[in-house]
Amino acid sequence: MPYIPHTDDDVAAMLAVIGVDSTAELFDEIPDGLLIDALPGIPAALTEAGITRLMRARAGRDGGAVSFLGAGAYEHYIPAAVWDIANRGEFYSAYTPYQAEASQGTLQLIYEFQTMMTGLTGLDVSNASLYDGASAFAEACLMAVRANRKSKSRRMLVSRGVNPVYRAVARAIGGGQGIELVELPLDPAGRTDFDALTKFDGEAFAAVCLAQPTFLGTIEEADAITDWAHAHDMLVISICNPTGLALLRPPGEWGETGADIACGEGQPLGIPVSSGGPYFGYMVCRKPLLRQMPGRIVGRTVDIEGRPGFTLTLQAREQHIRRSKATSNICTNQGLMVTAATIYLSLLGAEGLRRTALQCHANTNLLAGKLAQLEGVSVAFDTYFHEAVIRFDRPVAALVDALGERGILAGYDLSEHYPELGNALLVCATDARTHEDIDAYVAATRSALDRSQAA
Amino acid sequence: MSEPVIFELSRAGRRAPTHAVAEVPAHTIPEALLRDAPPVLPEVSELQVVRHFTRLSQLNFSIDTEFYPLGSCTMKYNPKICNRLAMLPEFLERHPLGDVERGQGFLECMFELQEMLKAVTGMTAISLTPMAGAQGEFAGVAMIRAYHAARQDHERCEIIVPDAAHGTNPATATMCGCTAVEIPTGPDGDVDLDALRRVVGPRTAGIMLTNPSTLGVFERHITEVAEIVHSAGGLLYYDGANLNAILGRVFPADMGFDVIHVNLHKTFSTPHGGGGPGSGVVGVNDRLAAFLPVPIVGRTGADRFVWLTEQDLPQSIGRLSAFMGNAGILLRAYIYMRLLGGDGMRRVSEYATLNANYLMQQLVKAGFDVAFSERRASHEFIVSLKGIAGETGITAMDFAKALLDRGFHAPTTYFPALVAECLLIEPTETETRQDLDAFAAALIDIRDQARTDPDEVRAAPRTMPVRRLDDVRAARQLDLAWQGEPESS
Repeated sequence: MPYIPHTDDDVAAMLAVIGVDSTAELFDEIPDGLLIDALPGIPAALTEAGITRLMRARAGRDGGAVSFLGAGAYEHYIPAAVWDIANRGEFYSAYTPYQAEASQGTLQLIYEFQTMMTGLTGLDVSNASLYDGASAFAEACLMAVRANRKSKSRRMLVSRGVNPVYRAVARAIGGGQGIELVELPLDPAGRTDFDALTKFDGEAFAAVCLAQPTFLGTIEEADAITDWAHAHDMLVISICNPTGLALLRPPGEWGETGADIACGEGQPLGIPVSSGGPYFGYMVCRKPLLRQMPGRIVGRTVDIEGRPGFTLTLQAREQHIRRSKATSNICTNQGLMVTAATIYLSLLGAEGLRRTALQCHANTNLLAGKLAQLEGVSVAFDTYFHEAVIRFDRPVAALVDALGERGILAGYDLSEHYPELGNALLVCATDARTHEDIDAYVAATRSALDRSQAA
Repeated sequence: MSEPVIFELSRAGRRAPTHAVAEVPAHTIPEALLRDAPPVLPEVSELQVVRHFTRLSQLNFSIDTEFYPLGSCTMKYNPKICNRLAMLPEFLERHPLGDVERGQGFLECMFELQEMLKAVTGMTAISLTPMAGAQGEFAGVAMIRAYHAARQDHERCEIIVPDAAHGTNPATATMCGCTAVEIPTGPDGDVDLDALRRVVGPRTAGIMLTNPSTLGVFERHITEVAEIVHSAGGLLYYDGANLNAILGRVFPADMGFDVIHVNLHKTFSTPHGGGGPGSGVVGVNDRLAAFLPVPIVGRTGADRFVWLTEQDLPQSIGRLSAFMGNAGILLRAYIYMRLLGGDGMRRVSEYATLNANYLMQQLVKAGFDVAFSERRASHEFIVSLKGIAGETGITAMDFAKALLDRGFHAPTTYFPALVAECLLIEPTETETRQDLDAFAAALIDIRDQARTDPDEVRAAPRTMPVRRLDDVRAARQLDLAWQGEPESS
């Protein structure tokens, strides 16, 4: 059922104008040996009703779990107005605003988004978004190399508190340009070990990279590290959870002069977890670094009558102008996701976002506290935002399976990426979880531990 | 018609209360780690938010409201049902790290999508993770590099790119640590084969081609191109930007391509969303299968679906996203493909080509200068306004703005740069003959006005929310974030 409006009369008239007898003739420049006459590998067309039945059945196999998973994707309550408006065809089916006069809605919205991101991060200028948090971090590393004219190094000093997948993505994307990641260890409190920095005295790095909160949920004391980095001609890249920014000191205020680049995952701002995407990456920087920033940027200007209006600006950085000399090959961003995030932030405001952040923190605190009362269970680190590392006296994989059978996604098993933590599980109870959910989690854990004790 | 910046609507203490957590819970975070002042965000009511963003939406042109013939962007209708079904709550609520047992419905869709993409490209393996065309290009070139490196062929670092290519192609070569080598296009729109023979050699990693090219014509010598590049030891990369033109007509694999990316937001009708999210899935032949980015959906037994990761593909170029790419966009493409079926897909290319050739002929008959008009148009074609610009001073940009006043989004302007004062026009298969006629009439009307009243054309647009904007001021007096006081009274 392709969406083709032509009547038989239309087709006949159009072929006559072109001067051919059939549509097959329109493909006569394709060498004969290459033409095919069917697509046998594609299933027969479904009707709208048929595809609806199929997708409902598929979706029905997937639902029903109560999630305590975070680890980079966070389920928050999303007000109804967010996607009601974002799904309007005028946003949904528009393209990159190349014709500014006919795209003022998208352009003004991005300008408002850029303003909100500068407010959250305390830095000067935001772009219009990148693909996701991981690729935004990779782009931030590449940007730091371009922007740091003092060091000339392509090496990054990256905290072990940065999401391990983000580090892998930065290697995959930056590797071709010689980006190298050197790891900074964590201290016993689960924060980047400041004392470990001293052994890098005298070595060149383009930037120090910290996550706030860390992948393990802990909150960095970033001031001293930021100042050390700047004293050693390194930039500071901060990877911040945007919900946390409502509460925690923003990267623009770290140390004496602030971090240089903030980037991260925008998903918590009104985007469903939806199997990992689409999300959006954000990036904000200090003004002097602006011309090294990748991606679209919207500016406010005036029209010929002096009325304010919005347009894409600083395009001389971009691939369609600079080709092989561009700051990045990025073309598409995540416009629709930014639309949702801008509406979300407008609905919540600073106070709503702060309360959401506090609710997530309190729920995770409650869960961690109750779990710690169980035999053989403890909380690994004292200070955290909305994820906590829970230690068990036995491997957590069986526990995750046992809770899974009861419809609870227990959390993220840290044994692969953080073996030094022992039997550790990263749990997250956002504002989407209730006290009843938390009690059910604790009860299921107790019974699973009892059973495995008995076994 | 203008809308205040949302910060201008803000008043201290105003809330949209239903969205705030009712009570402020206590916390245990040390004060030193907290921010001193709240971030500047608007304080507005829900109704204000709804009105503001609804009004902003009304300032946009979109496929749902206007003909949008943006060349090389395939702005076809985005079926409502694809969005509705991809937003079923079970799909939205599924955590990406949730167990596969509770994701079999989603994974089955993704597995079948991989299979269907093999069936439309002729490739033998697919990875769905690239989140946009440019990331698909990155994955493709990174795989080409990994292939040569695995063969200890470390000298191959040049990527050949025709001068008509999208800017993302040379930019991608640079991102992958390669050098872009540009080759010219012949006078008939095909690649200059002699120039290609001169540049290939032991440093050739590969070539990036779009076919049909951005000039709107099918590269007739594609098998010779493949032969030249393969003989020199290089690989062929297919930029799938223009796949809509040949869907179900030619397999890119049969043309000799080793790797392809497909823009699902073009050919398979996922939304452009005001500039994304896109999806740039990649397909490869057996040569490159080991290097695909992960994760990939695999099947074990008859009907159990699992993730294949670095453990399964140890030579993979790695991960390009935190999870698996733009899953919800992949779902929309899956739904669209199942709605079309194989015959429907062939009708897509048939009618996209019919519409482009019809509109091209109407404009030729009206006396417009169409580039390569002796060739068959693919799904798009180029009008050059150089003659009219010389005669009247009215440029392609003036035409673009004047089209907006007549209710049409402008075609792509000034790309490809090979043709002076050009409009790259891609009508897509979902437009009626009557809309194409109206568009042609609008171009004729603008040309008439250019001859009789050129100042009026230069003054366009007059009916948009703003008139022409001062781009120089935008770049020189940078205003990238609202600085005004959020509260004025």
